[in-house]
Amino acid sequence: MSTADSSLVRIRDVTKTFHRGSEDIHVLSSLDLTVAKGEFLALMGPSGSGKSTLLNLIGGLDRPTHGSVEIGGQRIDQLTERDLAAWRAEHVGFVFQFYNLMPVLTAERNVELPLLLTHLSKSQRRQHAGNALKAVGLSHRLKHYPRTLSGGEQQRVGIARAIVSDPTILLCDEPTGDLDRKSGDEILTLLQTLNQEQGKTIIMVTHDPHASIRASRTVHLDKGQLATTAPE
Amino acid sequence: MNWLSQILSIAVFNLRSIPARLGAALSAVIGIAGVVAVLTGVLAIAAGFRKVMTVSGSEDTAIVLRAGSDNEMNSGLSREEARLIAEAPGVLRTAEGPAASSELFVIIDIPKRSTGTDANVPLRGVSSAAYNVRGNMEMVQGRRFEAGKNEVIVGVGAARAFRGLDAGSQLKIGPDTWTITGIFTSGGGIAESEIWTDAAVLQSAYKRPDGFQSVYVRLESEAAFTGFKDALTSNPQLQIKTTTLAEHYAEQSSGTSGFITGIGIFIAVLMAFGALFGALNTMYSAVSARTREIATLRAIGFGRGPVIVSVLVESLILALAGGVLGAGLAWLAFDGYQAATMNFQTFSQVTFAFAVTPALLFTAILTASVLGLVGGLFPAIRAARMPIASALREV
Repeated sequence: MSTADSSLVRIRDVTKTFHRGSEDIHVLSSLDLTVAKGEFLALMGPSGSGKSTLLNLIGGLDRPTHGSVEIGGQRIDQLTERDLAAWRAEHVGFVFQFYNLMPVLTAERNVELPLLLTHLSKSQRRQHAGNALKAVGLSHRLKHYPRTLSGGEQQRVGIARAIVSDPTILLCDEPTGDLDRKSGDEILTLLQTLNQEQGKTIIMVTHDPHASIRASRTVHLDKGQLATTAPE
Repeated sequence: MNWLSQILSIAVFNLRSIPARLGAALSAVIGIAGVVAVLTGVLAIAAGFRKVMTVSGSEDTAIVLRAGSDNEMNSGLSREEARLIAEAPGVLRTAEGPAASSELFVIIDIPKRSTGTDANVPLRGVSSAAYNVRGNMEMVQGRRFEAGKNEVIVGVGAARAFRGLDAGSQLKIGPDTWTITGIFTSGGGIAESEIWTDAAVLQSAYKRPDGFQSVYVRLESEAAFTGFKDALTSNPQLQIKTTTLAEHYAEQSSGTSGFITGIGIFIAVLMAFGALFGALNTMYSAVSARTREIATLRAIGFGRGPVIVSVLVESLILALAGGVLGAGLAWLAFDGYQAATMNFQTFSQVTFAFAVTPALLFTAILTASVLGLVGGLFPAIRAARMPIASALREV
C-alpha cells in the first residue's frame, strides 16, 4: 500500500446525502481531504457536522453519494460489499466510543477476533492477542470479561483489538467520549505512543479540545465542509 | 478467509449469549417441543394402527372373498366354494390337509374397559387350519378351544381393551354362554383384537349352517400366489376375488390410518404456525439485542453470509433442542400406549399400541429443523442488512 507521495488517505469532492422520507440531508458537501501516512489527525466539529460520517467513509463502513475515497492508492468506494469487508479486515482498526466489546468473550478472545479472519493458527492468534494486550498495558487482564474491567481498561482492550492485525490505519470515534479525564488522558497517551513509536496513521473524531491537542493535525468540520485546517 | 470459522465464531457468541435472554429462548424451544410432541403423538397412532395391520399379513398367505366384496362383512361363500378354494393349486398341503381356513366373521357388543360403552368386537369362527395359516399364533394363557364346544379364545389386545374377557370367564352371546379357555398373541397382528371360536359352532349359533365369509390360505410360497389366483378366477364355479393378506390389510388400514394422519398433520400445522411466530419473535429479539455486536463484527471485517448463517445456526440449535425434547416426551408418553379404535372398513374395533418409530422421530426432528430455519431466516436477513455505521451506535 504505497503511493507516489506520502498521502495515505485521499478524499476528493466527496458528497454524502442521506434520505429521510422525502427530505435530503446533505451531511458532507464537496469535501477534499488528504491524510499523510504516519499522521495523527483529529477531526473536530459540532454535532451533525459530518465528522463521524467522514470517518465511516474512510473506514469503508459507508459509501459516498459522490466523489472518491482512496486509501493507500485503492478506490474503496468502488469495492464490492464482500471485497470491502475483506479490505476492512486487512487495513482498518476501529476504536469505538463505547468500546463495542463482546460481553461473552474474555479480553484475550475479544482481541483475537480480527485474527479469526486471517490464516493464523490458534496458538499464533493467542500470541498476537497477548502481545497486543501487553502493548496497551493489560497483559494481566487476559482472562477478564469486559464487565469486570473499568471503562479505561475496556477501551484499552478495544485499542488492542484495533491494532492486533497491524492495520494500515486506526480510526477512532470519540475514543475518550465515555471516559473520565484521567482514563481519557491515558488512552490519548497510548494512541500518541502508537503513532509516534510505531508510526500508526490515526484519524480520531473528537469533541474534546484536550484530545485534539495530542494529534499532529486538527481538521474542523462545519456543516459538511472543512472549516479551518490548523497544522501544528 | 475460512468462511466456516467466521460462522462458527459468530454462532458461538450467539449461543453463549442465550443465558442473557433465556426466557425468549425457552419459549421458542417449548413451543417447538409442543408441536413436535403433538405431531409425533398423532402420527404414532397412525403408525401403530398401520403396524398392526401390516404385521398381520404376509405375501405367502391369501384371503378369498366373494367377488365384489371389499371386506369380510359383506362377503359370503358356500361350503362348496370353500372346498374348491382349499383344493386349489398353490395351497400348502400339510399332514392335516390343506392349509386353508374357512371362516365366519360376526360382530358382538362388549363394553370397553376404559369407558364402559359398548364396542363392536369381532368374533371369528375358524377351522382347525387357522393356526397354521396365521403362522404366529401362540397361547399365552390357558388352552385352545375344543372343536364342537361353546368355547372361545381371546386375542391379548381384546382381553386388555374389553371387559369380561379374562381366561376362565364366561361370555354370554345372545342366548348362549361361551367359556373363555385362553388368551393368545399373534405377533402384534390384527387377530389379537379378535375372539376366536370353532367355525362350526359359530355357524350353528348364528344359524348359518352352510355359510362362510372368507377363506384364509397359506400358500406353498410367495410365488405360488399368481397360480392360485389364476386357478380360482378361471374356475367358472367360483365368483370370488383373492388378494395376498399383506395387500388386503394394507387396503383395510388405508382409510383409518390416512384419516388419523390427516387429522394429526392438520393439528400440527396449526400448532406449527404458533411455534413459528414464537421462533421468529425469539430470533428477532436475539438479533435486535445484538445489533451493535453484529455491526462491530461486520466493521471488523466479518462478512454478511456468516452473520446470516450464524443466526440460522442458533435458531436451528434452539429448534433442535425443542425437537429432541418434544420427540422424547412423545416417546416417553405414547410409545407402546395401548388403544383401540374403529376400523372403518369392517366397523369393528382394532386394538393397537401407539408406535413412536425411528422414522417418526426423524420426521419430528426434521419438522423442528424446518421450523427453526424458517423462524430464523428473516431475522438473519435483517441482521445482515443492518447499515453498519448506524448499528454501531445502537445501545
